Amino acid sequence: MKAKVLLSLILLCGVLAAPQARADDAAPAAAAVPPACELPSYLLSSESQLPKVAEAVKSGKPLEILVIGSRSTTIPSSEGSSYPARMEAILKEKLPPAEAVHVSVELQSKKSAEETAATFVKLMEAKRPTLVIWQTGTVDAIRAIDPDDFRGAVTEGVAALQNAGADVVLMNLQYSPRTETMISAQPFLDNMKVVAQEHDIPLFDRFAIMRQWNDQGQFDLFSPSRGPELAKQVHDCLGRALAQFVIDAAHVGPAQQQN
Amino acid sequence: MTIADQVTGTPIAGTAGAKPAEAKPRAAAPAISLPAIGERELRLDLFRGLALWLIFIDHLPPSLLTWFTIRNYGFSDATEIFIFISGYTAAFVYGRAMLESGVVIATARILRRVWQIYVAHVFLFTIFLAEISYVATSFENPLYTEEMGIMDFLKQPDVTIVQALLLRFRPVNMDVLPLYIVLMLALPLILWSMKWKPDVTLALSVVLYAVTWEYDLYFSAYPNGFWAFNPLAWQLLFVFGAWCALGGARRMSRILASPVTMWIAIAYIVAAFYVTLTWYVPQLSHLMPKRLEQWMYPIDKTDLDVLRFTHFLALAALTVRFLPRDWPGLKSPWLRPLILCGSHSLEIFCLGVFLAFAGHFILAEVSGGAAMHALISLSGILIMWGVAWVISWYKRVADKSGAKTKNAVGNADLAGGG
Repeated sequence: MKAKVLLSLILLCGVLAAPQARADDAAPAAAAVPPACELPSYLLSSESQLPKVAEAVKSGKPLEILVIGSRSTTIPSSEGSSYPARMEAILKEKLPPAEAVHVSVELQSKKSAEETAATFVKLMEAKRPTLVIWQTGTVDAIRAIDPDDFRGAVTEGVAALQNAGADVVLMNLQYSPRTETMISAQPFLDNMKVVAQEHDIPLFDRFAIMRQWNDQGQFDLFSPSRGPELAKQVHDCLGRALAQFVIDAAHVGPAQQQN
Repeated sequence: MTIADQVTGTPIAGTAGAKPAEAKPRAAAPAISLPAIGERELRLDLFRGLALWLIFIDHLPPSLLTWFTIRNYGFSDATEIFIFISGYTAAFVYGRAMLESGVVIATARILRRVWQIYVAHVFLFTIFLAEISYVATSFENPLYTEEMGIMDFLKQPDVTIVQALLLRFRPVNMDVLPLYIVLMLALPLILWSMKWKPDVTLALSVVLYAVTWEYDLYFSAYPNGFWAFNPLAWQLLFVFGAWCALGGARRMSRILASPVTMWIAIAYIVAAFYVTLTWYVPQLSHLMPKRLEQWMYPIDKTDLDVLRFTHFLALAALTVRFLPRDWPGLKSPWLRPLILCGSHSLEIFCLGVFLAFAGHFILAEVSGGAAMHALISLSGILIMWGVAWVISWYKRVADKSGAKTKNAVGNADLAGGG
């Protein structure tokens, strides 16, 4: 309802950017992406930019990425297959070989956005990342926290991260069809869009992406499977998508660098 | 601005005594007036039935059918229609009771209705508990360990169930009945005040709405947060419905008939449609002025955003204008299912919520694609229609067998605003 604006902007940006991107780097990218991970380009583009990441890559400085997440950031007992690890691998593959990429993960299980944001000042002093990917919203949605309070907490958190000198990417909830009748995700998705729009920072729309995969039949997210296989595949695709998203938003892809 | 502007019934005898001294001379009618007994306003049933179907479809996961629901074409959605018509019918039925039998009896009858709605809500909550418990024990996809945190409340059923009985713990999609319960609880007061001065009552309602926005008042929920539909804001629609039912609509009929109103309403609806369009057709969004966006968003459903309320008003104004009370189509067999569902709204509403749960469940277990999804939506609507038909049939039979139950005053199902 609200804040579909940003989504629209992303969509628009995707529509405008798509032909150009496709013309430039279709061949290498298309070959590398497994069919299960395929996504319409609008889900992977953002109008907002990541200037600090761009600068780090262009000047050859190491790229320190910090993923601040919760339990859905990782897969129990196979961290190596979780999306931050996959993103790191793909970024190393796609960025110039000389570029040092390091991804660290800060898990804040069962903490709301407000509780997580309270730790940011210390966290940023300790880690000094170039880019922070803040994945949040799930705990708040489960606890049905006041969406206005949630928006306030995300706003403060983003401001703290930016003040500490990092680029910020927001990542929203997972699409979880089984719990759709129990968790009301929409207000939290909407508010994250609003914050991203207000601060002009990219929003990685994990929810829309996973729903796209489910709707297109690439993954059956209703599956009650107890094994980690599905989770590993989904995280692999999320990692790829996220890496692509960061590269596009920072304009540091092979195509952009030539320009 | 309502669906009953052209109500032609006669004011009830005896109202004249209660007429406030400063009733407008132009309207020689008493402060409140009601249509004649026995006239069933089919347009109310029609649109309430429509609202019930739309709410059902909106509660299912998104599918092709979702595109037919009005929330995709403007700011307001089926909830507005539902609450407004509920206010209208409740005032119509219990307002009459209050005039004829007095405040005490009318209040007692309203409370009885509240009890029915409450029981229906608890029944739905039980079904929800069954569903969530099943999912909790059978679904262990490691991808969703975090989302399973929602099951934590099962660990303390003592607290959760008591909070649910207090209407403070309300699962997703179970927000409308608690709102309706609170509004109905306030109904005796609203009617009593309307009997005194309808316009003042409406003004007080607007004041409460404004105060709610200004001071951010809300109903707290468990474990935290607030009610998804804030009764302090949504009461405006309910009271407005009641005000229309008790003669306001007729007094507004001149405004409603004016072409100026019509064009304003059309312009507003088109503008709202355009704004909604930018959510789905992003190429259009660069034509939206940024300042307008900043002013407009977010369009708040919890507190019944003014944009939503006015959108509903515009829709209602046009409906009343272009769909006259005696429109022959209302008797057509094609609209019969909708009207049937609308005339048993509490039952059909609960059924709809239950069917949405069941639909989710089937989609999860059978893992159907688009075809299955469409099948579930359609059979859900057919079931709603079938059950509404059975209820009507039963009422007819029961009425025939016991003439004493046939009681125009006690026509509770007209008020059945579930």
